Amino acid sequence: MSELILPRYPLVTGVHPPMDFPGYRSTALRHPTQPLQVLPQRLTEVTGPLLGDTRVGPTDHDLTVQHDVEPLGQRIIVQGRVLDTAGSPLPHTLVEIWQANASGRYRHTGDSWPAPLDPGFTGVGRTMTDPQGRYEFVTVKPGAYPWKNHDNAWRPAHIHFSLFGRAFTQRLVTQMYFPDDPLFGQDPIFNAVREPRARERMIARFDLSATRPEWALAFDFDIVLRGPEASVFEEEDDDDDA
Amino acid sequence: MTTPEPLGVTPSQTVGPYLHIGLTWEGGHLVVPPDTPGAVRIAGTLYDGAGAAVPDGLVETWQADPDGRFDHSDDPRGACAQWAERGFTGFARASTVAGGSFEIVTVKPGRLPSGDGGMQAPHLDVSVFARGMLDRTVTRIYFPDEVEANAADPVLSAVDPQRRHTLVAAAEPDGTLRFDIHLQGEHETVFFAL
Repeated sequence: MSELILPRYPLVTGVHPPMDFPGYRSTALRHPTQPLQVLPQRLTEVTGPLLGDTRVGPTDHDLTVQHDVEPLGQRIIVQGRVLDTAGSPLPHTLVEIWQANASGRYRHTGDSWPAPLDPGFTGVGRTMTDPQGRYEFVTVKPGAYPWKNHDNAWRPAHIHFSLFGRAFTQRLVTQMYFPDDPLFGQDPIFNAVREPRARERMIARFDLSATRPEWALAFDFDIVLRGPEASVFEEEDDDDDA
Repeated sequence: MTTPEPLGVTPSQTVGPYLHIGLTWEGGHLVVPPDTPGAVRIAGTLYDGAGAAVPDGLVETWQADPDGRFDHSDDPRGACAQWAERGFTGFARASTVAGGSFEIVTVKPGRLPSGDGGMQAPHLDVSVFARGMLDRTVTRIYFPDEVEANAADPVLSAVDPQRRHTLVAAAEPDGTLRFDIHLQGEHETVFFAL
């Protein structure tokens, strides 16, 4: 076969932050300065790792039961769907998270600011989306923490999310924020996303109906990955492995 | 029928300095079990624009199997699991550690069709993540012993000849392939818009 009909993922413009963003000082030496070369989307780009359940342990989605003691802090449920731009759910795709504990401290040797580590909390979670593209984590609300980017700089509370989708083109690492955080205004990482409506898509929504009475608050966070353009070709009847 | 308004994509954010707690896993750098016949080690260092090694980065690779096939339903030639059954995943993730170095263990992918009648040289697609990077950068690794295939590769051929070598790994005497990544500077690696 010389002609291959491949899915096409249109370029996303005006959404992702620039690689060079002076407000976030560490970008200065870590952004490409030469023009990017266009990579045509061929077989390697429209496929991607379909990482299965073997990477997900039974308690990986519940960050509150990974130790002998429960973590301190506000117990929360973070739930949502992984979708593409057409609104199609992405079933059975890996969702990874990592975060600071309730005091704003990461269990990482490089994090040395004087807030306590929590013996009940690692801050790492993994799960697979279900057939409707839904995922759910149970965790505690992370604390804000200072960093040295600018005078009196504080990161708003956030949870890091990593997604694969089903194609190399769809790979995304982002951060989920909490509604009405007073630290948004001074945070260059959040504000590096220049389009206000795009910024809002990084903020979870408090969901009273999903809270578990006497147990946990709940936040909804849908994640939208690049989608393939709708195919203009009719499905062929004899194409039974589609 | 009207097409519904497409949903807006969720923006990218940096992995931050503590990515290693969330994005690494046991054996993540292995595309194949290390005792696989033909296994090759690809090792390198991630450098910033001042030439300093980046110890808080992550390199991920994705590739075809040695027959140039993917175990994936969006490959119109059909998903092919022959290599998957031998432990081939096509995917590796390797943290950069102190000194900024990373390594993966893989097998060379086969040549594969470019989709328009031509052939692509064996290659790995690469995503680079780090603190200070608000989005991933994308590059490719090509193989130094594929001179002819590389010369005919449509992606590599489109790159400025002066910079093409930044996409080709270098063979070392012990068989390791070296692929250093320079985010900036005189030796800046060619990065792609995808």
